[in-house]
Amino acid sequence: MPSYVDPSKCDGCKGGDKTACMYICPNDLMVLNKEEMKAYNQEPDACWECYSCVKICPQGAIFVRGYDDFVPMGGQVHPMRSAADIMWTVKFRNGNIKRFKFPVRTTSEGAANAYVGTTGGSLDDECLILESALPTPTK
Amino acid sequence: MALPNKPNGEIAAVVNPEIVEHDVDVLIVGGGMAACGTAFEIKKWAPADMKIVLVDKASLERSGAVAQGLSAINTYIGSNPIESYVKMVRNDLMGVVREDLIYDCGRHVDESVKLFEEWGLPIWKLDAEGNNLDGAAPAKSLREGGTPVRTGKWQIMINGESYKCIVAEPAKTALGADNCLERIFIVKMLLDKNKPNQIAGAVGFSTRENAVHVFRCKTALVACGGAVNIFRPRSTGEGKGRAWYPVWNAGSTYTMCAQVGATLTMMENRFTPARFKDGYGPVGAWFLLFKAKVQNGLGEFYANSPAVKDELEKFMPYGASPVTPTCLRNHLMLNELKAGRGPIYMATDVALNAFLDAKKAAGMDEKGVKKYWKHLESEAWEDFLDMSVGQAGLWAGANVEPEKVGSEIMPTEPYMLGSHSGCCGIWTSGPEEDWVPNVANPSRAHKYKWGYNRMTTVDGLFTAGDGVGASGHKFSSGAHAEGRICAKQMVKFCRDNASFKPELKQTAQELADEIYAPVKLYHEHVGASTSSNVNPNFCKPAGIMMRLMKATDEYGGGVATYYMTSGKLLNICLDLLKMLREDAEKMAAGDLHELLRAWENYHRIWCVETHIRHIEFRKESRYPGFYYRSDFPAVDDEHWKCFVNSTFNPETQEWLCEKVECINILSTDPWL
Repeated sequence: MPSYVDPSKCDGCKGGDKTACMYICPNDLMVLNKEEMKAYNQEPDACWECYSCVKICPQGAIFVRGYDDFVPMGGQVHPMRSAADIMWTVKFRNGNIKRFKFPVRTTSEGAANAYVGTTGGSLDDECLILESALPTPTK
Repeated sequence: MALPNKPNGEIAAVVNPEIVEHDVDVLIVGGGMAACGTAFEIKKWAPADMKIVLVDKASLERSGAVAQGLSAINTYIGSNPIESYVKMVRNDLMGVVREDLIYDCGRHVDESVKLFEEWGLPIWKLDAEGNNLDGAAPAKSLREGGTPVRTGKWQIMINGESYKCIVAEPAKTALGADNCLERIFIVKMLLDKNKPNQIAGAVGFSTRENAVHVFRCKTALVACGGAVNIFRPRSTGEGKGRAWYPVWNAGSTYTMCAQVGATLTMMENRFTPARFKDGYGPVGAWFLLFKAKVQNGLGEFYANSPAVKDELEKFMPYGASPVTPTCLRNHLMLNELKAGRGPIYMATDVALNAFLDAKKAAGMDEKGVKKYWKHLESEAWEDFLDMSVGQAGLWAGANVEPEKVGSEIMPTEPYMLGSHSGCCGIWTSGPEEDWVPNVANPSRAHKYKWGYNRMTTVDGLFTAGDGVGASGHKFSSGAHAEGRICAKQMVKFCRDNASFKPELKQTAQELADEIYAPVKLYHEHVGASTSSNVNPNFCKPAGIMMRLMKATDEYGGGVATYYMTSGKLLNICLDLLKMLREDAEKMAAGDLHELLRAWENYHRIWCVETHIRHIEFRKESRYPGFYYRSDFPAVDDEHWKCFVNSTFNPETQEWLCEKVECINILSTDPWL
């Protein structure tokens, strides 16, 4: 189910250093054509349909079209992701539509405690940070 | 229109890249769950002046196997005895596992899960009436004693679309964003010039600019996941991107460690998960949460038939478990398919309607049932939308409503991994504890501990997650915990080897020339043809990958033969791979994306060669349902209840394959 880019919406992230889709794609598929200032998926048959590019695109310009070697045409799954929730619209080939909304995060972005400054005890035992006693196996 | 004798990608590769050299103490190669665990943990133990750098070929926020998200955490011990976890893993992986590593993972894993929740991961809870609450509803946290929604004994449900983003954030904060180098693909680990068997650095290249990066380090973690696209996939067009495991996992962990002499273990193990056909959506929630059953083409729920019970008795003690080992479940399914009783369906319709019927029978009114159904339907779809959106897309395209019709399931093409329900990987030291076996053999390839937990047989080289062999069923949480274990051990290694000054055997220029060889080849010969993809002097990465997948599929027990192979076929496969490895030297890359694919293919070829070599060495069929040897079709505990370890000698370029004793820590009677 490769991603594709709607040219009427893509602004190439205005040529910034970090084109969002290019920044995020785990498989190095999304690229910016600088002449046209538009992004595209350079290797659709290596697309895992992870939707990272779809979710991050600030213009909502990226969609997914089902893999042409097994998915019948006409369906579409599309998300709208905010800091706390994701709303999915599932459109069926027969026109039916279902919507689902799920939480994605219970803290605000940047709020995860990295425990900066917390230090551990002895390097010579097996306890990790926040651990104090470890069990041993009983037969 | 210009002729196509030009680079395919947008960022053209040049013959002489810039060379950037880095001196660090600790190098973290990879950016998935394990590497994020290390990045989070390591600063807690390291002196302030210790230089620690993480290098990821993608972006930390969405890299690794959890990039897309997950709908469950498969390893959370909770109130279960850790010993039960070890016994479950031992049985699922047909008896040949490192119980020390599994127990050790089990005693650290819950702390990782509690951290995930604290960082913002929504974890489903049970309310006082036993109803499921989604992870954002007010409820006690796990640390406060909240009750997670258990599906199986070890799994808990989450709203996990942003799982990786949430785990990556504190990892990056802890290490410092400047110490996280993204879009650099490390392709070779490097040994020290002076100290034998000691890691001293790594080399890779940027996929964004023409630059080779050379690192010198005292210790390194290699955690780059498992191996995908090593066997011909069932989908061979666009759909081959819809691999079950992340399509960007190229076996880099195994290859890079093996090439510097790290001993590998159980590389014969593979995973061919039975998943929803084509979309490869997860089946765990369907089996466990929704209690769905599999049905053959005749409509029979074959799993509990007398014939199946007889079949399982051939595989004792493993077949006696209440939860049949994953490979044997595949074996039973394959028997149905081979007997012509396919296709196999997950009876989603039967399962969902059973829930509704139960509510109606309990007296719930129509309005109540309707509301309950909305919730159930949402849970069913979230399972896909969290971690396998493509499966939802396939259902949408095919007008599938799971309450009305079942969906076909099918065993996939083989994958190699060490953290899911597979256990190939690298042989590592267990923790320095009394209960970890002492083995007199002087070779580390036979020992269970040598001073630094999760260190490979190469000094200073650590691995975690998919990298650590013979200890599967870690999943996302266990991989993170294992990364945290490595963090402390690497700091300890630096402390104990404070005087060590890494020096590389090769100059930075020599390394850059080797890394950019496919680019040089491209520029040297591109003029010989009007199309850059067809040239008499070089081959392209895309073609080499197809050639690899064809060879393994046809001779190495892929889907083409229902996973059947033999000594004869395996040796043909090894001959084909030998020539393939030679021809891989002729891969050409005109742009940086293609250079990435070229080096991924080097890693794939090496890694799958070790797989074939191990299957050939082990004269039995240890994992029926994952692969079979027609010449040794049985599970032969008498001769083969042992590890197979292999070591590549970087000096002599020779492989040593050997049997290694498998020592049980937990009682074997009763087995479970």
